[in-house]
Amino acid sequence: MQVIKIKGTDDTPTVILDVENKFMEISGRSLPEDVAAFYDPILEWLDDYAENPLTKTVFDFKLVYFNTASSKLLLDILLKLEEIADEGNEVLVKWHYPEDDEDMEEAGEEYADIVDVSFEQVSYSLD
Amino acid sequence: MPEKIDKNNFLSFVYDFYVKTKAQEINLFYEGEITHQITKAFTSLTEAKMLKDEEPNTVQKKVFHVMVECLQNISKHADHKNHDATATKQGRGIFLVTKNTIQYNVTTGNTIPNDRIASLQSMLENINSLDKMGLKKLYKQQIREGRLSDKGGAGLGFIDIAKKTGQKLDYHFIKIDDNLSFFILTSTIKRK
Repeated sequence: MQVIKIKGTDDTPTVILDVENKFMEISGRSLPEDVAAFYDPILEWLDDYAENPLTKTVFDFKLVYFNTASSKLLLDILLKLEEIADEGNEVLVKWHYPEDDEDMEEAGEEYADIVDVSFEQVSYSLD
Repeated sequence: MPEKIDKNNFLSFVYDFYVKTKAQEINLFYEGEITHQITKAFTSLTEAKMLKDEEPNTVQKKVFHVMVECLQNISKHADHKNHDATATKQGRGIFLVTKNTIQYNVTTGNTIPNDRIASLQSMLENINSLDKMGLKKLYKQQIREGRLSDKGGAGLGFIDIAKKTGQKLDYHFIKIDDNLSFFILTSTIKRK
């Protein structure tokens, strides 16, 4: 499958979607000028991936900031992962948050409540 | 000499403006079109200032977040599709950040058609009536059911501001004429 590698900027996240190396991660800041245009290729990639997923999919979210417009698109990604899980595949979402960032921790908890996918909350230190 | 009077008026306006911005502890003031570039410039300016002031990380993040959502509200919602060209152009408004010893205030002002006041007011009243749990519930409901508008708004901005700041939204509508009003919204972020 095609590998997606998008280098992050101060308003768009770093995205790596690499099946061969079993690595899928969105990290950094997300407040793109046009959220739909930024996330569309990622959602399309996930549609393709869903046709023939790994037996275990691990998806890492390691965002330091996202705006509310992005939050809707992040949910769309999680809902695609939920579909993959619904097909009987193992899916784990790892939600990384800076240890002092309650809002980011809470965002992960809220997503975990909304989608039916295994969630693991992982705190990390910024130093 | 009307020219001289104009100039004196202008100079006293400038000085008056300076005195008043000092008195109100205004950190940032802007009037005009709010674009993505403007949003980026203002947030990075404010971030740099807060870093220099050694503002706690959580405060910095909340101020940043509220600024982004407020600026995007103006750029996405301050439109006047149904009004003639003399009405305020899309995405224009005023934006202020003020700071005192206990809090940051982020204030936005923009014109809105009078026929949109009722729905906006009931939405804001509803948000202000909710406690933290209620806001979480409303947020989850909106993120699930809401659709992204063609301008990229998710209808989550106000809810999220109230949820993250833990403060009520302070808003006013000032009537301009039969078609338009000026909508002023202030969000507050406590410094500790």
